[in-house]
Order: sequence, then structure tokens, then C-alpha cells
Amino acid sequence: MAALAAACFVVGLSFGAIAVASGMPLLQVSAMSLLVFAGGAQFLAVGVTAAGGTAAAAVFAGLLLNARHLPFGLAIGDALGRRRLLGSHVMTDEAVAFALARTEPAARRTAYWLAGLTLYVVWNVATVLGALAGGAIGDPAAFGIDAAFPAGMLALLWPSLKDRTALRVAAAGAVLALVATPVLPPGLPVLVALIGLVFALPLPRFARPVEATTTEGNR
Amino acid sequence: MTWLAISALAAGTYGLRVAGPLLRSRLRIPDGVQRYLSLSAVTLLAALIATAALFAGSTFAGWARPAGVLTGALCAWRRLPFVVVVVAAAGTTALLRLAGLD
Repeated sequence: MAALAAACFVVGLSFGAIAVASGMPLLQVSAMSLLVFAGGAQFLAVGVTAAGGTAAAAVFAGLLLNARHLPFGLAIGDALGRRRLLGSHVMTDEAVAFALARTEPAARRTAYWLAGLTLYVVWNVATVLGALAGGAIGDPAAFGIDAAFPAGMLALLWPSLKDRTALRVAAAGAVLALVATPVLPPGLPVLVALIGLVFALPLPRFARPVEATTTEGNR
Repeated sequence: MTWLAISALAAGTYGLRVAGPLLRSRLRIPDGVQRYLSLSAVTLLAALIATAALFAGSTFAGWARPAGVLTGALCAWRRLPFVVVVVAAAGTTALLRLAGLD
């Protein structure tokens, strides 16, 4: 958790610096991190605006990127406990991954809230510091931070992939998303991955492996 | 960016986040459906990992990033601690970039 929090801190610094450099006042940058609290969508919205896009385009792009939170919430909503309204606001890919890595309900709740609240505090403090420091912040790519997130998430997802069906579905989803990424706007490729769920459906009778039916017949 | 845009993005994002947990508290979700919901979260995360490992936006991220992620994956496979996975991934990518490979 500390490792991901450190990575989140560096990305938050760079978001603050980039947002201020694009002409946003500090108050707006901080409000955005407090109220939106979604790194990818914040970078995207600021990027679209800085490139001369309309406000509507920036909002639409950000919301499309965040659409995955809907299925996330359906999947791990139980990990929020009773404080659903507050817990929902700190939902991130990382908090979902931490919750999924645990099976016992109380441990899931602890993992979700710990990850969610830690990243919320870290992200917001880092955004303000980055906005104040401005150009003094280096490029986070030099520290390899962009490799830290997928690697950390993979470590969290690892136990779930022990299940054969989960592995099949996840692999299919990853391939679908990779194929879709060059051609679809950000956010959609990950949703396209959900088509991979068909690999979890029970096979129709005629398509079941032959040996499975014969061994059943021998018993 | 206008305050209206920030508010709209914030409200919309919160709506997407809160919809799942609220729906769950209203409906009784059968075990069979819950299994597919969990699988969908696993699939979304796998897709996020794969795209984040290989793409920057809609173009290839260069070799340094996937090499770092692969190093992290090997550490995860060897059951090394979480912090080792993250630091090894970032460190590999950072060193490759320092060496001029990107």
C-alpha cells in the first residue's frame, strides 16, 4: 500500500504542476482533485481543455473514462460496508483491486477503506504541492512510475487469477482491450473487455469436451 | 476549465461510483450473478493492467514500460512482497530510460 501511495503521490504532484501550467488557478485544481478524485479523468479533462476542446468534450471524455466505476461498484459494493455514500467517493481501481485480493468480508472492507482513504489524502495533498511547485516538478516517467501502477495492480489481481475461469475471462478481456485501444476513445476499450465474460458462460451441451461426457458416462 | 465543467465531471463521476453500491443495497443479488459481477471486476482490472502496460493514450508506450511491468510480474509470480513488485517495476523502467532505451 505504501508503495502505491508513493507512486500516487508522484503522479499527484505532476497533475498539480501540469494543471497549473495549463492555466488553471490553484483553487480549481484542488477542487477538481477533491471532488472528482480520478487521476486518469482529471489528466484527460485538463488535456482536452488545454488542446482547445470544449468543456462538454472534456466532461464527456472524463466520464467515459470513469464509466468502469459502475461495474466496479456492482462487483465490490459489499466491501463499502454501511457508509456507501462516503465510500463510493473514494472508489479507485486500486481500492477495488485491494478489496478483490481479500475474500473474508471484514478484511475486504478494511482493505477497501484503507486503500481508498489513503489514496484520497495522498492524491489531494500531492495535487496542491504540485500546483504550488509548478515547473520544479520533474517528469514522473523518469522514475518509472507509469510501470509501477500496472505491476502493483497485477500483484493484487494475482490470487484471483488462480481460478481457471477467471484467468480465461481476464486474458480474453485483456486481449480485447488491447485490440480496441488504438481505435476507440479512452475508457471504452476497458468496457469492451467485458465481452470476455462470455468465456465464463457454461458451454452448451454440443460444445462440451468429448472426454468430459465419456468419463461421466463411465461412472 | 470552467467551474461548471468541474462540477459536471465531479457529479457524473460520483453518480457512476455510487450507482453500483446503491443498487446492490436495494436488490438481493443471487450468488450466480455475484460470481459474474466479481469476474467482471477481475476482467476490467486485467484490461486496465494490459492497456496501461503497453499503451500511452492510444499509441505504444515504448519498451521501457512493458519491460518494467514484466519485471514486476516476475516478482509477483515469485511471491515476493508487494513493495518489491512495485519498486522493481518502477526501477527497471527508470533504469532503462536512464540508459536511453524508451
